Amino acid sequence: MKEKIFPSVDAAVADVPDGASILFGGFGGAGFPNNLIQALARKGTRNITAITNNCGTGEGELGLLFKNRQIRRVVASFPGPQSHYFQERFAAGEVELELVPQGVLCERMRAYGAGIYAFYTPVGVGTEVAAGKEERVIGGKRCLLEYALGADYAFIKAHRADRIGNLVYRKAARNFNPIMVTAAETTIVEVDEIVPVGALDPEHIVTPSIFVDRIVEIRGVRYG
Amino acid sequence: MAKQGLTREQIAQRAAQELPDGAYVNLGWGIPNLVAPYIPAERTVYFHSENGILGMGPRAQPGEEDYDLVDAMKVPVTLLPGGVFFSQADAHVMTRGGHLDVSILGGLQVSEKGDLANWKVPGTKGSGGIGGAMDIAVGARRLIVTMEHTTKNGAPKIVKTCTYPITALECVHTIITDLAVIEVQPGGLVLLEVAPGLTPADVQKVTEPVLILSEKIREIQLAL
Repeated sequence: MKEKIFPSVDAAVADVPDGASILFGGFGGAGFPNNLIQALARKGTRNITAITNNCGTGEGELGLLFKNRQIRRVVASFPGPQSHYFQERFAAGEVELELVPQGVLCERMRAYGAGIYAFYTPVGVGTEVAAGKEERVIGGKRCLLEYALGADYAFIKAHRADRIGNLVYRKAARNFNPIMVTAAETTIVEVDEIVPVGALDPEHIVTPSIFVDRIVEIRGVRYG
Repeated sequence: MAKQGLTREQIAQRAAQELPDGAYVNLGWGIPNLVAPYIPAERTVYFHSENGILGMGPRAQPGEEDYDLVDAMKVPVTLLPGGVFFSQADAHVMTRGGHLDVSILGGLQVSEKGDLANWKVPGTKGSGGIGGAMDIAVGARRLIVTMEHTTKNGAPKIVKTCTYPITALECVHTIITDLAVIEVQPGGLVLLEVAPGLTPADVQKVTEPVLILSEKIREIQLAL
């Protein structure tokens, strides 16, 4: 059987090349794959396109990757006032930003994962985000054409995984993670705990193992 | 005697009256975040958070914070019995899909057609951020905007046409300010209630569009 469990976060991100696009789970400090992010900082991958809700809190979360100038382009919904390193790089013109309404960000990834290439939504009509987008009236409502959004990798935080990669999350740390697992070529998950196959109640599994490629246990390490 | 309007807390208190028993509600940043404690004890209201919580309770007590359980402002909160967690995509199925009964958002400007601008002040530094505001505003079955009636410099925030970046077009149903309660109707803005000690003429003076006086116009009452 193909082994999905990796011995360390560093081993799990070892092949992420310069120029990679990466989906990062997390919202409001919860559910960020902080240990994978730090491994990527150690590896030093550059020219990253990051797809994420926010852009870090100081050096925390994605902040470290902006500090290290590893990210060149961001698709985000709310970079955040505390994303100092992102804001600095953005003001200097070193980082490009595509600002996306949060629900549209979710649906673009969900569409990608579901094999849907584009969709129409009323969100954003008449706003700055409508610039350059096709507008069409559907069902009497003005709508914008939005394209699916996927990436080379997804960096995910879950609470528990079984050995084949079924996942459960913890409280509001779920957020973007179960969407992003479906929208990447390679999904890498850090979990608090790996449990035996069969230990997770099939009725309670949130992400089926088919979406998961690599698992690393980070037991005891939180918000490292 | 100096003419005075409601305090921010009192605006929140007035807005709380608009939430019926059993309602599913999203509260935005700013004044809306002050609403929950003013809901009459005999009413049950279910609070939604865009990061995947329904049935969100009050802020966590000091020492009881769980940083996997935070609200949209990153503040550690609690979950009430019957509360549930889901993904950010499902959270926006609820906003955009019109499943919430009422949403209350802060505002920078509201136009006479009910257009809302609330995500960016022109000319401010930094990237700005949309977050869930556009999805919430577009999908709201009933959208209440709570805000101060004028800017700090005394300029009207209820305007003929928004000059600030738009959040969504024709989405606001009711505006509750320190001076008045105003309803957006197809024929224009209807003045329903005026703060104690003020006249409709006082409100009109700091409101750009012409207000239609309701036949049932009355003073704002805070106690039910």
